Amino acid sequence: MFYREAGDFRTTYAEDQQTFPIKFDRYRYYLVLFIAICLIPFVINDYWANSLLLPFLIYAIAAIGLNILVGYCGQVSLGTGGFMAVGAYACYKLMTAMPDVSMFIHVLLAGAITAAVGVLFGLPSLRIKGFYLAVATLAAQFFLVWLFNRFPWFYNYSASGQINAPERDVFGIVITGPNAEAWATYAFCLIFTIFSAIVARNLTRGSVGRKWMAIRDMDIAAEIIGVNPLRAKLTAFAVSSFFIGISGALFFSIYLGAVEVGEAFGIQKSFLVLFMIIIGGLGSIFGSFAGAAFLVLLPVLLKVVGVDWLGWPTDIVAHLQLVIVGALIVLFLVAEPHGIAQLWRVAKEKLRLWPFPH
Amino acid sequence: MTYKLGTLAVAGLMAASPVMADLVFPSLSYRTGPYAAGGIPFADGYADYFTMLNERDGGIGGVKTSVPECETAYNTEKGVECYESLKDSGGLVYQPLSTGITYQLIPKTTADDIPMHTMGYGRTSAANGAVFTHTFNYPANYWNGASGAINYLLAENGGDLNGKKISLVYHNSAYGKEPIRTLQELSKKHGFEFTEVPVDHPGQEQKSQWLQIRRDKPDYVIMYGWGVMNQVAVQEAANIRFPMENFIGIWWSGSENDVLAAGAAADGYKALTFHGVGSDFPVFDDIQTYVVDKGLAAGAGDQIGTVLYNRGLYAAMLAAEAAKTAQEIHGTADITPAMMRDGMEGLKITEEKMTELGLPNFGPTFDVSCSNHGGTGLVGVTQWDATAKEWKLISDFAPTDMDVIGPLIEEDSAAYAAENNIEPSCG
Repeated sequence: MFYREAGDFRTTYAEDQQTFPIKFDRYRYYLVLFIAICLIPFVINDYWANSLLLPFLIYAIAAIGLNILVGYCGQVSLGTGGFMAVGAYACYKLMTAMPDVSMFIHVLLAGAITAAVGVLFGLPSLRIKGFYLAVATLAAQFFLVWLFNRFPWFYNYSASGQINAPERDVFGIVITGPNAEAWATYAFCLIFTIFSAIVARNLTRGSVGRKWMAIRDMDIAAEIIGVNPLRAKLTAFAVSSFFIGISGALFFSIYLGAVEVGEAFGIQKSFLVLFMIIIGGLGSIFGSFAGAAFLVLLPVLLKVVGVDWLGWPTDIVAHLQLVIVGALIVLFLVAEPHGIAQLWRVAKEKLRLWPFPH
Repeated sequence: MTYKLGTLAVAGLMAASPVMADLVFPSLSYRTGPYAAGGIPFADGYADYFTMLNERDGGIGGVKTSVPECETAYNTEKGVECYESLKDSGGLVYQPLSTGITYQLIPKTTADDIPMHTMGYGRTSAANGAVFTHTFNYPANYWNGASGAINYLLAENGGDLNGKKISLVYHNSAYGKEPIRTLQELSKKHGFEFTEVPVDHPGQEQKSQWLQIRRDKPDYVIMYGWGVMNQVAVQEAANIRFPMENFIGIWWSGSENDVLAAGAAADGYKALTFHGVGSDFPVFDDIQTYVVDKGLAAGAGDQIGTVLYNRGLYAAMLAAEAAKTAQEIHGTADITPAMMRDGMEGLKITEEKMTELGLPNFGPTFDVSCSNHGGTGLVGVTQWDATAKEWKLISDFAPTDMDVIGPLIEEDSAAYAAENNIEPSCG
């Protein structure tokens, strides 16, 4: 009924190969973009931006990055927190060393530096696989956090070891520091999120992505048909770390404004992003968004319902939050092991046949 | 993605809670997580004092108070969410009880013209009000603590620490790193040997740190810990038979929770404080009459008189007095956060006032001014008596070495001012 291909004629290859070949899907996508770009910036306030939208957008970028590595290339990584820290500290060093350069360039450079670090830590993936690789990336996580705590150069010798984002602007609009307007920070992150999603989507359905997926599905077979595992794995690490670095840079400079490496980029962050992609759906860009939304927005929603509506004590709500989110994760994964993205796919399939399922 | 935006819209609508006409004192509390043992009594004390004011005096200057709570779990991201969600309720002063969250909020509160009180924690150089216009850390700060501990040790050793070894066991975060500079300066001045022993969050595993201490054999150990880290440290110190009377914690490492777990082995452990201990003050009679007996006590109501409950109560008392001062300065009972800031800067705590409030000799007397947001920095020492299960004040509230601390505050606040293009001014 809704997702009909009937009457949806395509006359060129370009039309045939677009991301959303079904008209209804495509219009839905345009609508979402329209709301995100043209409506939200005009109604957004500090609460929306800092509590909901910024963390959602930033975690979505991190989830896209990790999804490329884990979901598309099949290399399990527990180093996300450490790589986000690389992005954050790179951004901090760049921001303070070159105050006049645009933040866009700093964030992209931070991503590039993280990509280089990611490739370095991706080298062992050529020899070790699966759980053993997870342990190797875990070492990266702990090493990087230790590094940023140990050497004062990284935090410009500040007494407390904290890094603070100084005020910076883009085209005269302040986007970091306390005086940044909610819409400006939102728009800045939105640009990077859309950019990341489009780049990731097009990489994964092109030849690069197909190589990653071949490695994921069976690396020996992939090697036989001519995929170079060195290049495939290292590009996956590079691209993945690039996005994670961007998200780390935004997380520090735009969202929090001051971070401390052990607290903000600890092992919990690695697990959080990994949970996002497992719940959202491995190997799916939409899944990265869905997972980020699930784990960022649901706790806030539960808090608002529990504390603000029902007036329950905050500690009970906080405990309930853990119970409910945990239970939902289990339920989701029992009902649909492939995550929210698969649920969405099944729903679309059903809608396509509805109301005549046979 | 549409349904997610729907969720957002719902959440956004719900966040817009009705505006309250009360004097709002938001409490960014943490009753869950590895730091809950410290967060619960503080939040209870903070809430109970305002409940008592409402019940006994009908609020402050005739306006009722309210204390909306928001759970941060000592997590900076949740702390930011809490700050944003409570901002619209007109909160007069924020007390995040977390150095990490304080660092987030210093620029935000300044931009939003809302004062923040970080009593005995946060960024120490906020004592320089010319730079940190909206942040207050009276009556004492981390550096006063570090110097207070050294002064106490100096007194114990007849004024000479030359050649002694002192180790600092600290929470490896902004909080724990704060005293390092001061202790380094003091070690130069007094000639003791200073070593740093970091403990990573949350601090449940400290075997290697205490092994190091056992090997180094320091004469004294100073601890800057919080939450579960404290009990573990006290237990580990007992395990390596480190003499407890040579083990001194900062005020955040000196509550009942930290020592009870180690039992008799914790006897003699010392901790710094900047306020009185125990419930032997007249104000607790009022708390009993107006709060506990009416069934209005916050939380489980079982924390009254504990060290951190007293600290929460003290923080609430200082906030209430600042609100009164603000009402006097601006001649209106219905004050705004900006007026509250003026009230905090004009706050004068005298002994008569403390006695009148039912807290005689509970804390130091001090005047806040633009150039000094940090108070007098008087520090006392308490000692744990494991048989009686209570903390005892074993020294007077003594002044700390401002010759060392003053220049450090100047230096650090000047660096902050330069980083953020702030023109320091008091006028």
